[in-house]
Amino acid sequence: MKLSALHQSYLNRRSNSFRSSPTLDSSVDSSGKSLIAVFWLILHCLCCLISLVLGFRFSRLVFFFLFSTSSTNLYSAPFRPDLPIKHLDVHTIVGRNLDPFGANVTKSSSRVVVGRHGIRIRPWPHPNPIEVMKAHQIIERVQKEQKTIFGMKSSKTIIAVTPTYVRTFQALHLSGVMHSLMLVPYDLIWIVVEAGGVSNETSLIIAKSGLKTIHVGFNQRMPNTWEDRSKFEVLMRLQALRVVKEEKLDGVVMFADDSNMHSMELFDEIQNVSWFGTVSIGILAHSGNAEEMVMSMDRRKEIDEEESSSLPVQGPACNATNKLIGWHIFNTLPYAGKSAVYIDDVAAVLPQKLEWSGFVLNSRLLWEEAENKPEWVKDFGSLNENEVLESPLSLLKDPSMVEPLGTCGKQVLLWWLRVEARADSKFPPGWMIDPPLEITVEAKRTPWPEVPPEPPTKKKDQMSLSQGNTDMVIPKQQQQHSTKIRKPKRKSKRNKHEPKPTDTTTIQVSSSLSKHQERN
Amino acid sequence: MKNRYCLSAILLFLFLSASSAEHNVRTERISGSAGDVLEDNPVGKLKVYVYELPSKYNKKLLQKDPRCLTHMFAAEIFMHRFLLSSAVRTRNPDEADWFYTPIYPTCDLTPTGLPLPFKSPRMMRSAIQLISSNWPYWNRTEGADHFFVVPHDFGACFHYQEEKAIERGILPLLKRATLVQTFGQRNHVCLDEDSITIPPFAPPQKMQAHLIPPDIPRSIFVYFRGLFYDVNNDPEGGYYARGARAAVWENFKNNPLFDISTDHPTTYYEDMQRSIFCLCPLGWAPWSPRLVEAVVFGCIPVIIADDIVLPFADAIPWEEIGVFVGEKDVPELDTILTSIPTEVILRKQRLLANPSMKRAMLFPQPAQPGDAFHQILNGLARKLPHNKSIYLKADEKVLNWTAGPVGDLKPW
Repeated sequence: MKLSALHQSYLNRRSNSFRSSPTLDSSVDSSGKSLIAVFWLILHCLCCLISLVLGFRFSRLVFFFLFSTSSTNLYSAPFRPDLPIKHLDVHTIVGRNLDPFGANVTKSSSRVVVGRHGIRIRPWPHPNPIEVMKAHQIIERVQKEQKTIFGMKSSKTIIAVTPTYVRTFQALHLSGVMHSLMLVPYDLIWIVVEAGGVSNETSLIIAKSGLKTIHVGFNQRMPNTWEDRSKFEVLMRLQALRVVKEEKLDGVVMFADDSNMHSMELFDEIQNVSWFGTVSIGILAHSGNAEEMVMSMDRRKEIDEEESSSLPVQGPACNATNKLIGWHIFNTLPYAGKSAVYIDDVAAVLPQKLEWSGFVLNSRLLWEEAENKPEWVKDFGSLNENEVLESPLSLLKDPSMVEPLGTCGKQVLLWWLRVEARADSKFPPGWMIDPPLEITVEAKRTPWPEVPPEPPTKKKDQMSLSQGNTDMVIPKQQQQHSTKIRKPKRKSKRNKHEPKPTDTTTIQVSSSLSKHQERN
Repeated sequence: MKNRYCLSAILLFLFLSASSAEHNVRTERISGSAGDVLEDNPVGKLKVYVYELPSKYNKKLLQKDPRCLTHMFAAEIFMHRFLLSSAVRTRNPDEADWFYTPIYPTCDLTPTGLPLPFKSPRMMRSAIQLISSNWPYWNRTEGADHFFVVPHDFGACFHYQEEKAIERGILPLLKRATLVQTFGQRNHVCLDEDSITIPPFAPPQKMQAHLIPPDIPRSIFVYFRGLFYDVNNDPEGGYYARGARAAVWENFKNNPLFDISTDHPTTYYEDMQRSIFCLCPLGWAPWSPRLVEAVVFGCIPVIIADDIVLPFADAIPWEEIGVFVGEKDVPELDTILTSIPTEVILRKQRLLANPSMKRAMLFPQPAQPGDAFHQILNGLARKLPHNKSIYLKADEKVLNWTAGPVGDLKPW
């Protein structure tokens, strides 16, 4: 360290001397002053040598000590002693104005003085948390301003169309879609089309969103098979599109099926659509049957070795120049014959050939009169009331004009899934347990030794016990004596180890207990 | 009928005002003490005559060392080039309002690129002797209608060390001329009251090449890159920057809001565009190109230099654009910055976003309307018409041609 400091000071001398040598030259030239100049040169060299040895600027110290009496005549200290100051170095206190030449020449009116100043450091040079908070608020405000000025030049309204109907899983699915839509940073209009007419159930759920919603009722019941259901959903979506046409809503129409999951990038990407666009969907053909899944996976591996791998993606296919040349469709062959037919079948639910949720369109396509409407679009108003379109491409005369979004379908922006409960499963309306539980049925596998088991009801016989679940059904219509309240189904093994409540016989009305009801 | 016309006129007015208000959300007009002058066109307001000096004063120096074109003192060279092809140039000296001497006094560089000012006084003196003997215009006014570009550390004091510069004072021969310089500090020997302060040269193409999209959020609160201690010339500290830079370091090195260090990152310009405040403390001289960089990149400059005079101070209201912190208040810098109301900060950013502000700080090649060259000409135009008293009677001499250190009197 000392060596490097010496080295530094030596270099310092070199650079200083390089810069100041011409002045020495010019002073040396004057006749009669050469002796003095030589004297100063020798003194300078001596001071340099001593400084090298000592490690600091000896010459300055000498000057200070020599002229210490005259330093009191110099102008006052640049820093005030009343400020709490900590000095790094003794020399800084000492060297207030070591250069006596500078003092006499500054203008008297100047407040700013040349020379050595103290380095002001406050007693606690660490961040103050309150100020850090304020700074973060400032940063946030500036970023918000930046966003409003530079962010999106003109963001289009998103019109989300969701067909739904009242069933057990509706709350699950609709909440998912609702929360995704609530996070969208653009203006949003949510058109919820409900099969079976407008109901309070759905209204209660969507009212919590705070979004601008249009609740449309479709006065027919949702059919029971997947095939019919998808056809029915098409009709519902077309009804929503008619609403868009009539209300002349302006924006980008996207189809947010209630059991799908959307990424936030989807909403950013669909802002780029000009007329009709398509995105890639991830297809999650969930079967729910563990054994079936394992078997089908093995089967699928064999098939995969023969053919090219089938990605669970439905979306546009592009050539090298990013032009749309076709569509990737989900390969349904592995599931042939084993797919679910009824909504509550425990088998893979397969998508249609082209799912509506992978398409977005400019709402002006639906209007009667819109400027610049392209010619390759069929007139929406001329569609038949009950005509079921095979795919959204039927709205167009020329399907090759569809714009592939998400870097030509390379990004999967949403996932398609269909999961439903049994058709006859019941759930408390509005998911409010009111009136409180009155009927409980004993779990078949759970040992509740104290209480003699009641004879099992007809409902229990219908249960598919092959799944190995201990699931109960609590029919509200049938009044039964309750013995106990059972635990949720997946924890059947654990039930055996859990402590049993001892006062079970007294439990008839379990109003104070908050247990999960068993629902399929 | 009349009512309908009135109504439509009112509606039109409202519409226009609404649309212009919409435009003002992003930027705000800048008007300084001289008024709304940043976009004035100097052509037609003044005429400048460029003296023909032998190339040893300008071109030969540049040939010897082409680095003069890229360092922060390059304004003198580019000013000459601009004037040669500008519309304000006149070849008839009798109708000229201002006279320009093309001399490059800073183009004498050390191997490391720093200008040596030791020959500059002699060079300047020799040039003035030349123009006073070959043309009558110098003697007519003793240089009062001449202007010189002296972008040195301390202007026409021609020294890089402040004490020596103060000791020398402004070159006696230039006492009556108008000086166009980067140095500006109130009540300082080296700043004449009627000098025009200009920004230091910063390469415009280099800065344009590093622009990032404006929607990238500004996430750095305070940014600074540079020396805090100059160990080569001021090993004990306290002398460099009057201790202000060292105070910044000692007080805020632990503060995560302050992104300060001595690094030389390649993303320096990009980082400035991601910052809200950029520190512009004094160094050995109060001015630095950081101010220009901060303005171009939309980062609010925090100027820590007592009594500094900023470029084009009559055309640009620096108080409204930057934040001025006294050197003694550096320990409270974080309190000062966080206590600025957000509306004020947003307004400063809007003023900085004004493109005329950015243009006025730059010396682009070729010159564009509203740039620093034009602001200099505007400043010169604002001094017109000349006071009749500058014209001296025959044989009246004001300047002392033998004043100054002996070394300056030698021929160059």
